[in-house]
Amino acid sequence: MNAIGTEPYIILSMVLFLMGALGVLIRRNAILLFMSVELMLNSANLALVAFAREWGQVDGHVFVFFVMTVAAAEVAIGLALIVNIFRERQSINIDDLQQMRG
Amino acid sequence: MTILEFGPVSALLVISVALALIIANISRVMGPQRPTYRKSVPYESGMKPIGPATRRLPIKFYLVAVLFIIFDIEVIFFLPWAVSMRDLGVYGLTVMAVFTLILIVGFIYEWKKGGLEWE
Amino acid sequence: MFESPTIAEFVTQSNLASTLPGTLLVAWTLLLVLVDLFAGDEREHWTPLGACLGLGVSFVANLFVYAPAADQQTALYGMFIADAFTGFLNIVILVATLLAVLMSRDYLMRAGIHRGEYYILTLLSSAGAMFMVAANDLIVVFVALELLSIPLYILAAFRSIKNDGGELALKSEESGMKYFILGAFSSAFLVFGAALVYGASGTTNIPQILEVAPAVVDAASSATFYLVVGTALLIVGLGFKVAVVPFHMWTPDVYEGAPTPVTALMSVTAKIGGFAALLRILVTALSVLLLVDGGVAAWQTTISIIAALTLVLGNFVAISQRNLKRMLAYSSIAHAGYIMVALAAAGTAGSADSATQGALVYILAYMFTNLGAFAVVMTIERVDGGGGNIDDITGLARSRPLLAMAMTIFMLSLTGIPLTAGFVGKFMVFAAAVQAGLVGLAVIGVLTSVVSAFYYMRVVVNMYLRDSSGELLPALETVYVRWAINIALAGTLIFGIFYPLASNLVSMVSIA
Repeated sequence: MNAIGTEPYIILSMVLFLMGALGVLIRRNAILLFMSVELMLNSANLALVAFAREWGQVDGHVFVFFVMTVAAAEVAIGLALIVNIFRERQSINIDDLQQMRG
Repeated sequence: MTILEFGPVSALLVISVALALIIANISRVMGPQRPTYRKSVPYESGMKPIGPATRRLPIKFYLVAVLFIIFDIEVIFFLPWAVSMRDLGVYGLTVMAVFTLILIVGFIYEWKKGGLEWE
Repeated sequence: MFESPTIAEFVTQSNLASTLPGTLLVAWTLLLVLVDLFAGDEREHWTPLGACLGLGVSFVANLFVYAPAADQQTALYGMFIADAFTGFLNIVILVATLLAVLMSRDYLMRAGIHRGEYYILTLLSSAGAMFMVAANDLIVVFVALELLSIPLYILAAFRSIKNDGGELALKSEESGMKYFILGAFSSAFLVFGAALVYGASGTTNIPQILEVAPAVVDAASSATFYLVVGTALLIVGLGFKVAVVPFHMWTPDVYEGAPTPVTALMSVTAKIGGFAALLRILVTALSVLLLVDGGVAAWQTTISIIAALTLVLGNFVAISQRNLKRMLAYSSIAHAGYIMVALAAAGTAGSADSATQGALVYILAYMFTNLGAFAVVMTIERVDGGGGNIDDITGLARSRPLLAMAMTIFMLSLTGIPLTAGFVGKFMVFAAAVQAGLVGLAVIGVLTSVVSAFYYMRVVVNMYLRDSSGELLPALETVYVRWAINIALAGTLIFGIFYPLASNLVSMVSIA
């Protein structure tokens, strides 16, 4: 029984992607911004896996592996940046990062 | 596909929810009620339950966590190789050796820089 | 059952030799990590020296691999492509990295930082750019883009600066954070776009997408929708990376806050990587796709609009900038616009090759000129971040005549005055645009070039004509940055005066 087609997965992943994108645009806390980006990446993973099932290939799964690894590397860098900024100015609100304007 | 196919699942859902509710409430209805202060305080494994919700953790935990994430996630490349190791043979072994070598360079760097020291 | 190849078969089949420029650079960098780790503080100059040697090794490997150059070959089972396009851009990236390493040496010495990681990250980022120009698969595009970007996030945040009062002027970290968030955001767009294109075509391989795309378009099913949306998302994701309007908001802040050598590096390599991927994906994979009758790709209109917006906004906003790095940031946005013009021209059937060649020459000219301009800015900028304003350059002609002369030539080249490399690049791009039937876009390009002369020439006027306060500007830089300026100057003039040289170099480039 393979009742559910690919479309529902893609629609779900698009909804998740939009939620993530809106989160990045609306949220002001650096950690939450960061989580929104992860949500976007993972929605892409969902789409990739769904497509890989539709095509009966492993290419999509391989792509997902790379996305996950890269996301982990980004987490490490991003958290390091956030920790450094928090140490300097006791805040991770990105609206406080307004030294440069012009 | 008809709605009937979901019959067993729906039955399971209904029964499990009902059972949970019954078990949770049966002792409240039938048991004796003698509340004291200690009993009505939320259970926190013996810790004081009242305090700020966002307590600061030492920054060391952050370093360990990040280093863990980096090396932990590499396992997802080992796993598919481990499953088909025999089929891939020497070729797969060589590729993984190169991959591991790169990881080891990172590990040596981490070690030498003192990333693994707790104090 | 999968037949496991032997090592020898693997080496020949996967054609590892043609990936050598990039892989050698990565291997060398890994060695350099260990060298830097065990060399100790008194031998800290080993790492920059080793970095330059590694770039040289990669350069030689690149000459060997691409010497025949006419043949296009794939490597690693179709993941990589080795052609004249890759070979040419590899050289540009390597020279840019060499200049950036020289500038970094100067910066770190003056700032009193002895961190070998700086050079290692620089090399890794360049290796990412080299893989990106060789990418023949959406997976490789993504991974290479991240290898290019992630070191740049760290480099941008490498050093925060305290001002005289001990108060934090947290520019570097702010710059790194902004770059990181926007970079990760754009990567997500890229991945989702790649996922949709994969879903529509069933493959991530760029030439294979080209094969199946017409059928997908004709089918007019949900796959067609995925393909169109996926292409749009890919353009958005890569548009962020190359900083074209309307995806440019992060550029001025990031460029101003990052250490100057890093700004110089990312204004060149990140753009090269992004444009190479855009050219490959749009021109190769999706050229047949979305063809409207008359042989014009449907994405051409979108790219043209983006190019026009970028040209106008980049050049006009640059006029009001007082900080030199910020001005160069807007100028780099404008230059991305000129390369976008070439990309738009590549959307007309038959002119893909001439447009690609124009883009490559433009990138070459922009690389030399822009790095040279940033190197000159470094000579007047103090390591605490001060001294980078347009007024600080006043009187440079009196105190440092040769330096002022070099800066003048860079500014002329950025404007696109004949006898400089910038002119050759602009000429080829506009010629390709006219040939492709985009006369309006070419006119906008020429007009905005005239506008750009206003702010570039203001720098020259400040150096030569305005009275300085009387004191001579001190020589802050070390010998390394002078070498960087010399090389950049030589490149700008050689490719400008011997103008057929650049077009001969790219004459065999074809990616369609």
